Amino acid sequence: MSVQQGKQVKQLDRVIIRFAGDSGDGMQLTGDRFTQESAVFGNDLVTLPNFPAEIRAPQGTLPGVSSFQVHFADHDILTAGDAPDVLVAMNPAALKANLGDLPKGATIIVDTHDFTARNLTKAGYDANPLELLGDANDPLGAFAVHPVDLTGMTVEAVKEFGLSRKDAARAKNMFALGLLSWMYGRPTEPTVAFLEKRFAKVADIRDANVTAFKAGWNFGETTETFAVQYEIKPAPMAPGTYRNITGNLALAYGLIAGGVQSGLPVFLGSYPITPASDILHELSKHKAFGVTTFQAEDEIAGVGAAIGASFAGALGVTTTSGPGIALKSEAIGLAVMTELPLVVVDVQRGGPSTGLPTKTEQADLLQAMFGRNGEAPVPIVAPQSPGDCFDAALEAARIAVTYRTPVMLLSDGYLANGSEPWRIPELADLPTIDPDFATPIAEGPDGTTPEFQPYARDPETLARPWAPPGVAGLEHRIGGLEKADITGNISYDPANHDLMVRTRQAKVDRIARSLPPLVVDDPSAEDGPGAKVLVIGWGSTYGPIGAGVRRVRKAGYHVAQVHLRHLNPFPDDLGDILRGYDKVLVPEMNLGQLSMLLRAKYLVDAIGYNQVRGLPLKAAEVAHAIGELITEAEGIAVDLTAAPERALS
Amino acid sequence: MTTDLNFPGLRSGVELVPTLGEGDQPQTGKDFTSDQEVRWCPGCGDYAVLKAVQGFLPDLGLRRENIVFVSGIGCSSRFPYYLDTYGMHSIHGRAPSIATGIATAREDLSVWVVTGDGDALSIGGNHLIHALRRNVNMTILLFNNRIYGLTKGQYSPTSEAGKITKSTPMGSLDHPFNPVSLALGAEGSFVARTIDSDRKHLTSVLSAAAAHRGTSFVEIYQNCPIFNDGAFDAIKDNATRADAIIPLVHGEPIRFGAPGEDGLGTKGLVRDPDTGGVRIVEIGDAAGQVPADAIIVHDARNPDPSTAFAISRLTDSGYLNQSPIGIFRQVERPTYDDQAREQVSRAQADAPAERSDRLAALIGGGDTWTVV
Repeated sequence: MSVQQGKQVKQLDRVIIRFAGDSGDGMQLTGDRFTQESAVFGNDLVTLPNFPAEIRAPQGTLPGVSSFQVHFADHDILTAGDAPDVLVAMNPAALKANLGDLPKGATIIVDTHDFTARNLTKAGYDANPLELLGDANDPLGAFAVHPVDLTGMTVEAVKEFGLSRKDAARAKNMFALGLLSWMYGRPTEPTVAFLEKRFAKVADIRDANVTAFKAGWNFGETTETFAVQYEIKPAPMAPGTYRNITGNLALAYGLIAGGVQSGLPVFLGSYPITPASDILHELSKHKAFGVTTFQAEDEIAGVGAAIGASFAGALGVTTTSGPGIALKSEAIGLAVMTELPLVVVDVQRGGPSTGLPTKTEQADLLQAMFGRNGEAPVPIVAPQSPGDCFDAALEAARIAVTYRTPVMLLSDGYLANGSEPWRIPELADLPTIDPDFATPIAEGPDGTTPEFQPYARDPETLARPWAPPGVAGLEHRIGGLEKADITGNISYDPANHDLMVRTRQAKVDRIARSLPPLVVDDPSAEDGPGAKVLVIGWGSTYGPIGAGVRRVRKAGYHVAQVHLRHLNPFPDDLGDILRGYDKVLVPEMNLGQLSMLLRAKYLVDAIGYNQVRGLPLKAAEVAHAIGELITEAEGIAVDLTAAPERALS
Repeated sequence: MTTDLNFPGLRSGVELVPTLGEGDQPQTGKDFTSDQEVRWCPGCGDYAVLKAVQGFLPDLGLRRENIVFVSGIGCSSRFPYYLDTYGMHSIHGRAPSIATGIATAREDLSVWVVTGDGDALSIGGNHLIHALRRNVNMTILLFNNRIYGLTKGQYSPTSEAGKITKSTPMGSLDHPFNPVSLALGAEGSFVARTIDSDRKHLTSVLSAAAAHRGTSFVEIYQNCPIFNDGAFDAIKDNATRADAIIPLVHGEPIRFGAPGEDGLGTKGLVRDPDTGGVRIVEIGDAAGQVPADAIIVHDARNPDPSTAFAISRLTDSGYLNQSPIGIFRQVERPTYDDQAREQVSRAQADAPAERSDRLAALIGGGDTWTVV
C-alpha cells in the first residue's frame, strides 16, 4: 500500500507512540507489531513495554492498564523517549493513566466504544471527558483528540466471519494497528504474514484479524478525521544485516553463543521469575545446540544443578531476578570456593522484597558485589542496551570459563523487554573461549605419577585446573570448606586461609588485565581542552545518559561520557579517567550504588543522580543534572533550551 | 557384580558407566580410600558405613574416575573426602540438586549422595522430594542418627516428640518424619532401609540401590554415640532384635520374631481390614493366631505403593522397638536425566552437524533487513 494522493504528507524526524489499553486488549502485541514494521522499514527505534504484574487485573481499572511505547526516528536514537507524541487509548482507564505523561499538543486517539458510564466510573471519571471536548472546562483541551469508535468499526468489518461479538471485538487492536500503520506509512506485509502464521489453525480468527488490520488502514486513508499522513524516513545505519531484538532474547542467544564458542554444552538451572523467565523459555527451545534446561523446584536448586553441571564439565548457567539472587547467595559462595565456572543472570526489577516485579531498577549492584558471607568476590558484567545483552552474555561466559568463577550478569527489566535494531554479528568476530580442561598427568622419569593438584594455579589468570569426572588420575574432592593452597585438601591453617582469601580476590582482580581500555566520549577534547564534567553510568541507563549528553552538547556545552561494562573488577584505567575531571556525575536507577563503589575505591567525589520510579531515567532530567554540574565546574550559566527536547533524544 | 532386577529390558543404574577392562587391575577397598584422615568421633556409625562402601564399590567393577560422591553439610557429609573418587562436599541440604546437575549433564557417571536426617529432611527437604519424584539416576544414602551431631546435639526432624536436647530443655514439640513414608509419598521408585551395624544387609541393599535406574533412596540407621547413643539399641541387641527387626524380602512372607517349627519367624504381617493398614500377628492355629498362608508376601515391585506405605508405618517413634528393614519398593519408572538427554539428542538428530552454522542461522533469523 502506498501513500495516497490527496492527503497531506508531513515529514517528521522522529515520533513517540504509546499504545495503551486493558491488560487483555493485546497492547503488547500491537506495539510489538508496530515495532517490527518500523524496524523492517529501516527506522532506528527503541521500545518500552510497561505492564502490570497481575496477568489480568480487574478489567477497565487503572491498575489493569498495559502500555507499549515505541520511539522511531530517521536518525540514531538512544531511548524510548521521555514523553509520547501520540497516545492510543483503548478505554477510559488507559486515557486517565497515561494523560499525565503527555506534553501539550500531543495527539490522542481514543476508542469511544468503552466510554460507558460503568467504565468511566471504574477509571475514576465523574464525567465523560469526550463529551466535554471543546467546552471551556475541557480536560483534554491541551491535546489534539480524535474520538473514534474503533471497536464498533472492527465488529462491523469482521461480521462476515460469524464470530461472537466478543471475539469480533477482540480484533480491535489490529484495527488500531492498521490505522497507525497508515498514519506513519508503515509496511503492512510483515503484519499480514505474521497474523496468517500465528492464527494458521483458526481460519475465522485469522481472517478477522487480517481484515480488521486492513480496515484500520483503509479507515485512515478515507476518513476526514485524519487529514495528514506522516513520513519518517529510514535512519542511516552502519552497513550490515539487522533485526529487532529484545534484551532477554539477545541474552539467551549470547548464552548459546557462549556454548558454541567454548565448545561446551550449556546447562541452565532456573526457576521461573519475572522478568527473567523468557530466557528460560527461549533456551528450552534450543536443545539442538546441546542446551539442557532444568526447571528446578526452587531458586536454590536451579543454581545447585548448574554448579553440579559445571563440575561435570558443562557451562552452568542460572537465570533469575533480584529475589532469586538473594536465595542463591550461599550457592554462589560455594562456586566461589570451589572455583567452578558459573554464569548468574540477574534481570533486575524494582525491590526490595517482591517490589515491582514488572518494572525496571538497577538496585542489585551491591547485592551482586557483596551479597554473600565472607570475602567472596564475584566478577560483574552489565549490558547497556537490548542488543548488547548478546555480547555481555558472551563476555560473562568468557570470564566464567577462563577464570573458573561465578560471574554476575546484571540485566534489568527495561533491557529485558525493551527492543532495538541489532546488527547481527559475524561469527568470525566473536571471541573463542578455551575451557582448557585438565589433562591426565604423565608418568615422571622415576616411574611415579605426580599427584593431581586441584588448587595449583595458572600464573597469568590465577585460575585453578578444571577437571570434570571421568579422567583417571585426576580424582579429587572439592567443597565449601577452606582449601589448602595447591592440594585443595581441607585446611584450617590461619596463614593458608589468609593466603586463599587474598588469592581468590587477586584472581578476580586479574580479570582487569584482559579488558580493553575504556572509551571516553568527549568530542570537545579532540580540538580543545575538553570537558570538565564526566558522566559515568552502567547498564540500561546508557540510553538516557547518552541522550542527555547529546542535548547538553547540542546546546553548546562540554561533557564527557564513559559507560562501564565491567563493574567488578573495574577496568585498570578507570581511576586515572575519573581523576581527570572536576566533576563526576553518576546517574543510576538506585540510591547511589555505583557512586558508593567509585567513592570507596578511587576517593573521588562522585555525585549521584538517582531515580527509582520503576521506569528508565528521562534524558531531559539527566541533561539538567549535567547542566547543573557544568555550572558549578565552569562557573557559567547553562541554558539547555537551545536544545529543544523534541529535536533530540 | 550385578543384581537380578527381574525386569527384562530395564537398564541397570550403572549401565552407561564405563567398567574396568580385562587388562585392568582388580580394585580393592584400598583403591577407594583417600589419603585424608577420617575425623569422626570414636564409635560413630559412619565408620561402619564408610568401610562397607569402600568394601562394596570394587564389586561394582566401575572405573573409579566415573564415580562421584556429593554431600551436603553434617557429620556424614564429610564422607566424600574419605573416598578416592570424584567428590563434592557442598552446602547444607543442596546435595540432591547438585547431583541432579551432575547426573543430567553426564550419563557416564555413577552418582551418589550422602546426607543426614537434618541435611536431607530439614533444610534440604524440598530438594529430596523433588529428586525422588523426578527419579534422577542417583543413589541417596540418608544416615539417620535422629539428632544433630555437627552442631552438638539439637533435635532433628527424625527425633521423637518430647526429646530433651540442648535446644528443647522441656522436650521437643516437633512431630518427626518417617523417612521411608516420606520417600514413598514423594513417588520414590526405590525405597529401602538398612542398619549401619549389619554390614551384610547394608551391602546387599547398596548393591540393589546402585543397580536400580532412578533415584534410589536408602535410609541407614546410624548410631551417634555422643549425642543420641542407644537410639537403635532394640534392633541391635541380640535379646530383642528378632522381635524388633521386620525383614522385607521380595517374594517372601513377611515373618519375624523367634523362629517356629518351620524355621521362620513366629510373627508376621497381615492386612488390617479395620484400619486399611497392616498389623502384626502371631502365626499358628491357636485362637487369636493367624495361619502362615495368610501372611503378606512382600511385593517390592507392586506398582501401587499403598502396602509398602502401610508397612513403613510400623516403625515406631521414641525408643525404637520395631522397624521393617530391606527394600520397601523397587519399581521401574523412566528417569529424568535419561529423558532430558534423549530430548537433547532428538533435537540434535534433526539439526545440521555444525553448531556454528546453526548459530549464524539462529541469530540471523526473524525479520531482518540489510543496510549497505
